[in-house]
Amino acid sequence: MENLIALLVAAPLVGAALLLCGGTRLDRAGHWIGSLLAVASFAVGVVLFAGMLGRDAGHRALHQHLFSWIPVGGFRADVAFQLDQLSMTFVLLITGVGSLIHIYSIGYMEHDARRRRFFGYLNLFLAAMLLLVLADNYVLLYVGWEGVGLASYLLIGFWQHKPSAATAAKKAFLVNRVGDMGLSIAIMLMFTTFGTFAFGPVLAATGQTSEGKLTAIGLMLLLAACGKSAQVPLQSWLGDAMEGPTPVSALIHAATMVTAGVYLITRSGALFNAAPDAQTAVVAVGAVTLLFGAIVGCAKDDIKKALAGSTMSQIGYMVLAAGLGPVGYAFAIMHLVTHGFFKAGLFLGAGSVMHGMNDEVDMRRYGGLRKYMPVTFVTFGLGYLAIIGFPGLSGFFSKDKIIEAAFARGGTEGWILGGTALLGAAITAFYMTRVMLMTFFGEERWRNAPTPSPDRPSAEPAAETRGEYAPPHPHESPKVMTVPMIVLAVGSVFAGGLFSIGDAFVGWLEPVTSFSHGHSPVSAGVVTAATMVVLVIGVGLAWLMYGRRPVPATAPRGSLLTRAARRDLLQDDFNHVVLVRGGEHLTRTLVYLDHSLVDGAVNGTAAAMGGLSGRLRRLQTGFVRSYAVQMLGGAAVLVAATLLMRGV
Amino acid sequence: MNPVYYLYLAALLFTIGAAGVLIRRNAIVVFMCIELMLNACNLAFVTFSRMHGNLDGQIIAFFTMVVAAAEVVVGLAIIVSIFRTRHSASVDDASLMKL
Amino acid sequence: MTALAAAASSGEAVQFWILGIVAVVGALCTILMKRAVHSALSLAGTMIVLAVFYLANGAYFLGIVQIVVYTGAIMMLFLFVVMLVGVTAADSLKETLKGQRWLAAGLGLGFGILLIAGIGNASLKQFNGLGDANAGGNVQGLAALIFTKYVFAFELTGALLITAVVGAMVLTHRERTERARTQRERSQARIREGKQVTPLPAPGVYARHNAVDIPGLLPDGTPSELTVSPTLRERGQVRDVSGQALADLKALERRSQEWLGRGSGSGSGSGGAERPGPAAPKEGAQK
Repeated sequence: MENLIALLVAAPLVGAALLLCGGTRLDRAGHWIGSLLAVASFAVGVVLFAGMLGRDAGHRALHQHLFSWIPVGGFRADVAFQLDQLSMTFVLLITGVGSLIHIYSIGYMEHDARRRRFFGYLNLFLAAMLLLVLADNYVLLYVGWEGVGLASYLLIGFWQHKPSAATAAKKAFLVNRVGDMGLSIAIMLMFTTFGTFAFGPVLAATGQTSEGKLTAIGLMLLLAACGKSAQVPLQSWLGDAMEGPTPVSALIHAATMVTAGVYLITRSGALFNAAPDAQTAVVAVGAVTLLFGAIVGCAKDDIKKALAGSTMSQIGYMVLAAGLGPVGYAFAIMHLVTHGFFKAGLFLGAGSVMHGMNDEVDMRRYGGLRKYMPVTFVTFGLGYLAIIGFPGLSGFFSKDKIIEAAFARGGTEGWILGGTALLGAAITAFYMTRVMLMTFFGEERWRNAPTPSPDRPSAEPAAETRGEYAPPHPHESPKVMTVPMIVLAVGSVFAGGLFSIGDAFVGWLEPVTSFSHGHSPVSAGVVTAATMVVLVIGVGLAWLMYGRRPVPATAPRGSLLTRAARRDLLQDDFNHVVLVRGGEHLTRTLVYLDHSLVDGAVNGTAAAMGGLSGRLRRLQTGFVRSYAVQMLGGAAVLVAATLLMRGV
Repeated sequence: MNPVYYLYLAALLFTIGAAGVLIRRNAIVVFMCIELMLNACNLAFVTFSRMHGNLDGQIIAFFTMVVAAAEVVVGLAIIVSIFRTRHSASVDDASLMKL
Repeated sequence: MTALAAAASSGEAVQFWILGIVAVVGALCTILMKRAVHSALSLAGTMIVLAVFYLANGAYFLGIVQIVVYTGAIMMLFLFVVMLVGVTAADSLKETLKGQRWLAAGLGLGFGILLIAGIGNASLKQFNGLGDANAGGNVQGLAALIFTKYVFAFELTGALLITAVVGAMVLTHRERTERARTQRERSQARIREGKQVTPLPAPGVYARHNAVDIPGLLPDGTPSELTVSPTLRERGQVRDVSGQALADLKALERRSQEWLGRGSGSGSGSGGAERPGPAAPKEGAQK
């Protein structure tokens, strides 16, 4: 059974190798090969899952040792896999959602000349992501970590002919490097502290290690998680990453890769449990990001960027939950899975809308689309209901539990965290309703020629403003696209409920993450009621602002907060001012110091020696008599010295 | 009279000879000044010989003379051959050591 | 003379002060005289004085050697070379190196003061005199030392002298690479060139000065370069008397006119009579 684990990774890896090295011969069959291998990997995952269910809870974890990778003295990194309940959850999510998105991409990328390469990259991503979640040590995890970073870079910049896409890819890569540095430092610290990287020994040894070291490792791991999961302060890349094709946004930047940070924190749970300060930092990051993403999502008119803000916010929930310790790990992963379903579905829906709207992304240019794309409307709508936490749907169960867990932290902290989570739920309801209303309801704004918006002056080509505007013809997407959306919508509706029957999911994960019931100061019923109240408030507010009144086709200037949120709450400006300018100043100072001090010292010495030589050179006149003078001078000095010595 | 005065005289002559070497440009005169210095040394040697009451000083002076003779022969030969090629006996003209 | 006391006698003192001054003056002349010949003669004088001092100090052999070898041989060798080489007889004393003279003077002075101070400092109280050493004769004493104690150095100086002789020969000897041309061949070559077929004109054609350094005059009274040796011309030792000859001629004419009583009214004639010298060479030069 455990020999199948390698097959999980191998299938997409073979696909990537085939598609990327196979050349144009595979152009016609490339997407089928890629999708087939993804589905094969999913099938293996299902077989393993079935096998795992067959064993009792204590013996479910499987190990597969492939080979010893870097054996250098005490340094020992193996290529070995560990498939436990946590990994299994991820495997199913990754291969399942991944397979659906592969199939969806067949339709979405139909007209793209480089579709084979796209599938190659997608397969590469699947392989790297599976490696990440299956690794049994941190070094191999790091390989997968970098692998998904590479795949993300390649896929964000897939339309590299667009300068914005190329820049976004570079930005994502660079920001991720910061996080990756954190992970590599954490691994180094682990080696010096524990002498090993394997999950088992490291996590078992946390009890005997000083808290300071664990806190340092934990903070470094948190930095890594921030980079990969777009948490504050390394969140700036996610919005721009939407430049990639929509399936990429759905798979990588919504369902799987961005949740790697949550996986990392959950996987290192024992370590964080022993380092409360690091846990507090995790919680703080999660809470801040939760609000940050939500606020950004409220202001964006670009449907994908609004969803990206939402993703950031939802991952904030997960990180918050993961930071809460054993109370929250299971709920973090549960929300991760349900979020994987509904957010992937939402992105695919958005892709479907764009597909039918000539790749228009501005929601102010949508409106009334429910008549033209019924399937998309229904699946998107179900995803919407799931994310806002409509009772009975997936999001309701997972998010509700997180809010409860936040309150269960206790004390002032608990109230603050719980309040934040509740506020986040309200804002989530608001911005998702806004997206829904602007896209599928209201008047059909796309029929009229667009007027240049002050925020996007050059967005529309000049030809269209001269009255030659051809309105798009919204249409439903082909089956190959709608079927995955339907499947995901089904997942969005039922996953949460399924997981919550008898706390099935918590029980399933408990052997890995452990679980403890928190003592919430407010009862579960009150929390649920409060959630419902804020939900209604959020939806109502959005309806008042965007449902009752017509949505202007051109974005109004908006309040200060709106404008700031449109600029991603000034995160890029902050980075520019603090990091870019600061770096430039530092560089300039260093260059100045180098020129004045280092070069000055070196050149000064050289100039002094040169000047001295120039003066000494004068002594070498070439005239014998000058030399004779010097000789006589020397003789005089000798005589004087002799006399002085005798005199003394 | 104290024979030490001979030594003072030798020192004076030696200094005059040295100054001459520095001042004159004619190689032959420079040579003569060197001879003057050698002679001053000889005078000192002879005086020291008298002072110590043995003949070693005179022997040294004798050898000095022989060496000076040999030196003059070779030196003058060099001056003559230089004069043949450069048509000048000025020591300043032979400044080839300068860059 | 044989019994040389440790302390010098008063006669020796008188001799020292007189000849010492002569020696210093000779040395100064050596370095200050413009012409190399004068320097050489001054140096010879100084050396003779030193020879006397050697004798006075009991170094009889050295004194004689000083006169014979140094003054007689070496200084004469110097004079030969001066004659051979010293074309630019006047060695300009003008200093060309900046500050060289001041440096030389300062250093010389300082060095001399240091030396004299050193001698003054040294404890030179005891003078043994050469009475014992010269008891068996100065030459015999020297010989005993040279051939016993200093025999190795003596042999070495012999080798040095031989080397010096060979070296001097090698340096000055020039192998003749072609056959010497005969008188006939030279005259033929002269006629072939056609520049100066006849022998060069002789110098000193003017009656009162027939020395070789006085050029012969051309018909217009100007001196001819060809008549004096190029060596003299190079040295600047040509005595140009052409102006004087012309002035003399004019004076002669004027006087004869006065004698005949014809040129009494001529103003220019009287002016020329008083100062014939300076005006005449100019005229000659202008022509």
